[in-house]
Amino acid sequence: MITPLSSMLWVIGGSFIGSIGAAGLKAGAKRLTHENLIHSAITNWRLAAGVLAYLISSVFFVFGLRHGELSVLYPLVSLGYLFTLLWSRMFFGEPFTRAKFFGVGLILVGVTLLGIGSGR
Amino acid sequence: MSESTPAQQRRSLIIVLCSTVLIAMAQALIKSGTGDLAAGSSLVDTAIGILTTPKLFAGYALYGVVTGMMVLALRHAELSLIYPVIALSYVWVSVLSVVMFHEEMNPFKLAGVVVIISGVAILGKGQQRT
Repeated sequence: MITPLSSMLWVIGGSFIGSIGAAGLKAGAKRLTHENLIHSAITNWRLAAGVLAYLISSVFFVFGLRHGELSVLYPLVSLGYLFTLLWSRMFFGEPFTRAKFFGVGLILVGVTLLGIGSGR
Repeated sequence: MSESTPAQQRRSLIIVLCSTVLIAMAQALIKSGTGDLAAGSSLVDTAIGILTTPKLFAGYALYGVVTGMMVLALRHAELSLIYPVIALSYVWVSVLSVVMFHEEMNPFKLAGVVVIISGVAILGKGQQRT
């Protein structure tokens, strides 16, 4: 079975948009106030944008995962973790560390193995 | 991040670990609820189906809860450490697939589960050092 390029593009797009969503949630979470948690959450456009990006990314994943090999598509889903490392440093000044790359690298390998084991 | 105490960071990690279990439960609910939906229905029918099928509704509602938990966790922890930990949900999904849907475990899946857990463990240790 061959994985269609369109499936790969849907999944890569989904991981990219999902990672932006994660950055939106982080940006919003930083602005929550303890005294006024609910109000500061509801009126927080960064949180809303993050949630919206998540919803859009899940639609992309549904389209992308319909056809093709999971051993190819699962690793592409987890590309989102790599994108997130990048946004974390660019927008929130979180340092790149060896542990982060090693951890995410292992997760990518593990997810690939799961995709291979899941057949299709 | 400097204003977060180690206790707050540890709590963030625990919140995310719990949310990965809920993600796997949500996926199991959605998977078993999708069978109740008519195949090839339109977008509107699917939306109505989600709202009126208890398993699907519960599954998607759980995703909402998880998103709230993520936000709480992100208040006091680095995004780059917390976000990849979500991959642990793959592990629980594999376990649930075997237990609930009687899918077979094979060497590749087992190796994948072990490798993901080690990756998450390394991130968890990295969390403690920041």
